[in-house]
Amino acid sequence: MASAVVDRPFGLLAELTYRCPLHCPYCSNPLELAAYRDELSTAEWQRVLTEARELGVLQLHLSGGEPLLRRDLAEIVRTASELGLYTNLITSALGLTPRRAGQLRTAGLDHVQISLQADEAALSDRLAGTPSFERKLSAARLVKQLGWPLTLNVVLHRENLDRVDRILDLAEELAADRIELANTQYYGWALRNRAGLLPGRAQVERAEVVVRAARERLAGRMEIIYVLPDYYSRYPKPCMGGWGRRQLTVVPDGNVLPCPTAHDLPLPRASVREHSLAWIWWESPLFRRFRGTDWMPEPCRSCNRRELDFGGCRCQAFQLTGDAARTDPVCHLSPDHGIVAAAVRAADEVPRSSDAVLTPRRTRVTRQSR
Amino acid sequence: MPSTGLTQTASGADRPRLAPHVRLTFDPARERHVLLTPESVTVLNGTAAAVLGLCDGERTVTDVVAALHGRYDRVDGDEVRLLLDRLAARRCVELRRG
Repeated sequence: MASAVVDRPFGLLAELTYRCPLHCPYCSNPLELAAYRDELSTAEWQRVLTEARELGVLQLHLSGGEPLLRRDLAEIVRTASELGLYTNLITSALGLTPRRAGQLRTAGLDHVQISLQADEAALSDRLAGTPSFERKLSAARLVKQLGWPLTLNVVLHRENLDRVDRILDLAEELAADRIELANTQYYGWALRNRAGLLPGRAQVERAEVVVRAARERLAGRMEIIYVLPDYYSRYPKPCMGGWGRRQLTVVPDGNVLPCPTAHDLPLPRASVREHSLAWIWWESPLFRRFRGTDWMPEPCRSCNRRELDFGGCRCQAFQLTGDAARTDPVCHLSPDHGIVAAAVRAADEVPRSSDAVLTPRRTRVTRQSR
Repeated sequence: MPSTGLTQTASGADRPRLAPHVRLTFDPARERHVLLTPESVTVLNGTAAAVLGLCDGERTVTDVVAALHGRYDRVDGDEVRLLLDRLAARRCVELRRG
């Protein structure tokens, strides 16, 4: 089986910090947040971006945690912009004041993506663990006033999936150009809270009907991205478009990952503090480990979808089976599919409760300056 | 977004232009032109890059095809329209009538 020729990466996700004012119970950040206090400096980020551009990266997603907590965000954006990167800020919007927004506009920021937790204050603020809903709406309006394209992103789960229609109404009212409705993926804090977050099958089916109708109604005005809940899919997602194939993630302390949830996989680390980004992309054992199809076990190895979904998500395989090299258990062909099927059965049996016990993401990550 | 003039099928009289926030740029690493949007990268072939480079909101589709005739021996007007249709459907290009 020939391995595909390795291409250059298109996108870099820069997780600038894991500090965040929100406490969302489905946060995809790692559980051990305190381990990431030793954040890259401004100069280190500037070097990483320069190397990324040389490597072929064209898009920079600035995320976290809350990237606005980095006081040097505008400086980082300016460097990226001068390098010709298309820059996308992924933010809770807390801290996106008119002054801050103006600085980012001047620095050349291309696009803003704001997270919403729900369509109304009570639920939104409860999920976020802090009063934030009204500030998010003000920030969304500010983004449009300044002439940026606005994307909203909403993580969907048991508690807000039945409100998709009202969430879409709110997006329309805010004149969003795009909305990403992404069903929760169960990593990090979300996996810990899975029993309270995983929706029932009837909920999932109702939401799909609503989304399909809205897509027709809003065609040409607002783009609706709907990320299916993969526990309810027959086949797994092609995570990141394939391991080490299109994207890379740099986390706050300079470690580089093929995917933002790969922190805990038992693989050798690769850090921009020790190696160039080019070496990490082309040569590091971490990036080569699951690249292409040669590593695959059955049933993936002989499956005609192996270059469509690349065996699914390595992190999900590891979290659910303890072995990152197994077929993603989401796939109905996986020998471990029973694990996912059991979680789905449990979600269907539990009546929808309005006071599910969710563990909020711990928030006290203070920055340790170098 | 203007309520008039947006259409999904390119005709000769349309004056196409890149949608706001879409950037056409040259990538020295790949030695190809690329089209960047908030969430996508499209690597362009030489002809597509030449077409988009001419889409300034002033030239009509007919003008674009004529300008390409000056540079290339064979230019298929239908192919140019198809390219613009496809990019308009993905909201990368706006086709403005009149």
